[in-house]
Amino acid sequence: MPRDTLTGSRIRERRVMAGIKQSELAKRADISPSYLNLIEHNRRRIGGKLLINIADALGVEPTSLTEGAETALLATLREAASNTDMGEGEFARVEEFAGRFPGWAALLAENQRRIETLQSSVEALTDRLTHDPHLAAALHDMLSTVTAIRATAGILADTRELEPEWRERFHRNINEDSARLANSSQALVGYLDEPGETDAALSSPQEELEAFLNEYGYHFDSLENLPEGEGGADSIAEILDEGRERLQSASAQAMARSHLERYLNDACRLPLRQLKPALQRHGTDPAALSQALDTDLTTVMRRLAALPATAGAGEVGLVSCDASGTLILRKPLAGFALPRFGAACPLWPLFQALSRPLSPIRQVVRQSARDGGVFLTYAIAQPCARRGNQLSDPLYEAHMAMLPLDGVAAEERPPLELGVNCRICPRENCAGRREPSILTDGF
Amino acid sequence: MGKHVLVIEDEPNIIEAISFILMRDGWTVDTHANGHDALDAVREHAPDLVILDVMLPGRSGYDILTDLRAAPATRDLPVLMLTARGQAKDRELAERLGASRFMTKPFSNAEVLDALRSLVPS
Repeated sequence: MPRDTLTGSRIRERRVMAGIKQSELAKRADISPSYLNLIEHNRRRIGGKLLINIADALGVEPTSLTEGAETALLATLREAASNTDMGEGEFARVEEFAGRFPGWAALLAENQRRIETLQSSVEALTDRLTHDPHLAAALHDMLSTVTAIRATAGILADTRELEPEWRERFHRNINEDSARLANSSQALVGYLDEPGETDAALSSPQEELEAFLNEYGYHFDSLENLPEGEGGADSIAEILDEGRERLQSASAQAMARSHLERYLNDACRLPLRQLKPALQRHGTDPAALSQALDTDLTTVMRRLAALPATAGAGEVGLVSCDASGTLILRKPLAGFALPRFGAACPLWPLFQALSRPLSPIRQVVRQSARDGGVFLTYAIAQPCARRGNQLSDPLYEAHMAMLPLDGVAAEERPPLELGVNCRICPRENCAGRREPSILTDGF
Repeated sequence: MGKHVLVIEDEPNIIEAISFILMRDGWTVDTHANGHDALDAVREHAPDLVILDVMLPGRSGYDILTDLRAAPATRDLPVLMLTARGQAKDRELAERLGASRFMTKPFSNAEVLDALRSLVPS
């Protein structure tokens, strides 16, 4: 969300001046306090009826909240001062300060805004971890259903002589509740292991990067077909400028720049004009393409994951990790679940590849926690940098491409069973388990 | 005529199961399924004990408990709170607001009966 206005700051200023608690104003405006908090920290755009409602609740004209750019600086400075024990006399001289030292005032205001942004990020992270409303609602629903089942089952088990109509009614209730429990369990697992749908939930630079890449479908047309990459730097700058809305944090912008530079390099090494004809002959099989195009497997996998939808070549997912096993890129593939939080399943070929650098792994897999979809994966670990000079040990990154197995010749060997991550994986006696599963052991 | 309990809970199958258990145990049972007019239901039924769910449509069980404790007529009314959140802070909040007992879902029928019998001895 761009910080294109400071309407939120003005709302906060007016509210504080009026001595109204945030929760009270939220109630009057018929929104949640957490949403008002985001508005007040300029993390959400506001307009229309909600703006009018808040202005009414504050007893001010809506325009007084949306206009007055010259007051934005003063509002921010007052807010910065309100967090200190500055005396009233000095507090009242804020306009004089801004007028006499505009540069210092702007710097102070900018720092205040950065603090607010950081606080918002911390609040969002904390909220997500401890008060996720979807998670809370899903768990409440599940526990209520389990309670109903337990109470009803207890009656059926403990009551020796139960009238037929009661028995029938309780059987029906258990049947209904067990179906509801199955649905809510599936919904919960789906929620936990699918990426978030809205930017409201974005709280880490990596998630910002992924939202940005998703918006472009992981394909950047302006970086394709540049002779020797000429003009690539300008194109990257334009893309980053266009993506400002998604890439709010400096970390996300740096990560996006790094991704785009690697993309440009890949596009120069394996241009679409070479890749497309090969796709006609070999399909999306990375190994076959690597051999036919005399290009390393990693570059081929990244280029497949960056194909435009118009290429008609079928979807290819890609995950990459650094030498610590931390996922640094997650291009999703329908049906292949990627962990939303925390580390992935250690059984993934991606991590096996780290233990045998430069040796490609071809592995058919099935995620047991999902609907049983079978996928063909290719994984390889390659050096990406050195710790020091040319004689020092290299650092490795591993990459794994995932392809739907539809249309690929039937495999002789049974697929490798693996999960998404331990918390939501029901596999029992798994050698790779790091922590108990909430599906089998509860919270 | 047995003791009179009002069950304020929005999950119909929990209501049905609890009602059955309590009626078999000799209680007179009334039920109410939402929070916003739960206080009216308490005044209307004048129960000996209330079983109160925390998460109710319309109004939280904590808010209802607060109002019950503020009114002279219900200040000492035994209230058994039911919640799906069993963390210590939830229990502490319920106790601070004046809950007589606090029970975390899922619970067994025997636990409910024991709690009620201890709160309203026959």
